[in-house]
Amino acid sequence: MVKIGVPSKGRLMEKTFEWFGARGLRMAKSGSDREYAGVVEGVAGVELVMLSASEVPRELAAGRIDLGVTGTDLVRDKLADWDRQVREVAALGFGQADLIIAVPAAWIDVDTLDDLDAAAAAFRARHGFRLRIATKYHRLVRDYLTAQGVADYQLIDSQGATEGTVKNLTAEAIADITSSGETLRANHLKVLSDAVILRSQAMLYQSALSTGPEVAALLAQIGLRP
Amino acid sequence: MTPKAAIRAEADRLFAAFQAAGAVPVDADILLPAETLLDLYGEDIRAKAYVTTDPVLGEMMLRPDFTVPVVQAHMAHGADPARYCYSGEVFRAQDHLGAQARESLQVGFEIFDRQAPERADAEVFALFGALLAGLNLRAVTGDIGILMAAVRGISASDKRKAALLRHIWRPQRFRALLDRFSGRAPMPAARAALLARLAGGAPADLIAAAGPLIGLREADEIAARAATLLEDAKAAPISALEAAMLYDLLQLQAPAPAALTHLRGIAVHLPAILPAVDRFAARLEALQSHGVAVVTLAFEASHGRTAMEYYDGFVFSFLHGEEVVASGGRYDALTAVLGQGRSIPAVGGIIRPHLVAALRGAA
Repeated sequence: MVKIGVPSKGRLMEKTFEWFGARGLRMAKSGSDREYAGVVEGVAGVELVMLSASEVPRELAAGRIDLGVTGTDLVRDKLADWDRQVREVAALGFGQADLIIAVPAAWIDVDTLDDLDAAAAAFRARHGFRLRIATKYHRLVRDYLTAQGVADYQLIDSQGATEGTVKNLTAEAIADITSSGETLRANHLKVLSDAVILRSQAMLYQSALSTGPEVAALLAQIGLRP
Repeated sequence: MTPKAAIRAEADRLFAAFQAAGAVPVDADILLPAETLLDLYGEDIRAKAYVTTDPVLGEMMLRPDFTVPVVQAHMAHGADPARYCYSGEVFRAQDHLGAQARESLQVGFEIFDRQAPERADAEVFALFGALLAGLNLRAVTGDIGILMAAVRGISASDKRKAALLRHIWRPQRFRALLDRFSGRAPMPAARAALLARLAGGAPADLIAAAGPLIGLREADEIAARAATLLEDAKAAPISALEAAMLYDLLQLQAPAPAALTHLRGIAVHLPAILPAVDRFAARLEALQSHGVAVVTLAFEASHGRTAMEYYDGFVFSFLHGEEVVASGGRYDALTAVLGQGRSIPAVGGIIRPHLVAALRGAA
């Protein structure tokens, strides 16, 4: 039995169903609309596991699912040494979004990471604490800022409505996923011009612990390199 | 795996040797307030330390090293001068798969003394060298004090020097700043565009036009940095000669006596480093009097820059391949940061007994 983890709701689920459907693997929700269970038609020996996209990385790493669909942002943020725990099988061509850093649009003196770093130093001297960046992508943002040599900042956890944290005075800047940037503009924020931390998209992953011949056979059947 | 008993025995041997050198044993808490460590080391420490939460005290960290608690204890009620030793577990979270030690023993030795800092540097290094003799380790030394003196001595604005000094421990950003300040790197297009916009009006008008001002950072802070940017754009580049000396210094790697000769050559064009170079010379003499073979002692001017940012003078490591068996250095500025207005010159280092025991076991 090959277990495939897919996002359990929303556009990500619909697009995933479409993607597999185009390759002869028809996926559908079973039972009532609210029940998180799914079925696969067209191929025997495949079980569908409906999951929150944010749980897919963990389930892949643990080997409880063989294949899984989720965003590259979630895999790289949640898994240490992600490329040793999962393998990228295929980019699915949707769910594109960039993990960026944004600051208030009124900061006319800040356009790049270099500016943010300098502003952070002055901010700390003036306010007595490190400049706060709200995010839920702790590993990705911290690794990026460390590699870029940015200092005098701190990460503040924000699991939702991150764009509102600056106005609410709980952060000075944010690091978040954006596709069109509309929410950022509506919240009077602008994106640093040189600080794209990750270009994320939906990806089909295989668990490093999943090595059976059934998975290879399934991947070959839907036209992918096992 | 080295048996824990062998590691413990090695730790006890080192601890006894430090006490025989006059150090007073100190105890430190394992659970430390996260805030102090975060303020000192920055957000990077969060990736390296185990963070936990106390319902009353808030964020706490499992001791990632002894430096902070030992310095704090000294600044609170230490003798002057004083020397301390300690032995205990440190905890390092590992962000990679593999067998790196997450929990290991460290044994350390620290000297707090206002007299003859070069002699204290030499004493610590010689003591470590003697305790690690026979393990075939490679010793590397450096001196962050010479780098800092060089930056302070170049003809650039105080703001440019402060920016460089702030990033001494982040070589990549330091290099980018130096390239820009010396005119070696062209101004990035984004910066040129930003300057053109800033030159286009009064800051207050530009801010108002850009959008409502949200957040804690106020208009005068934004205006002040805008003014700094415009002023900095007009500043002359660091002279070609001084820049060449700085680049040369950053790359200097040589046996200590050759390094000293080379540094004296750099000092001809950058005389501000002379006092620091004289201290380096005095340290070499002190090392020699302790029986250290300075003729072959490796000196690397940039050594210690990627360690956590508190060393500001002599730095040293004892290496087995890439593995750091022991390391240490001088951290005078740290005592000022943790001393709430007071400071004292300090030098010290740690040895990792699990690596020593493993080497002895393999030998």
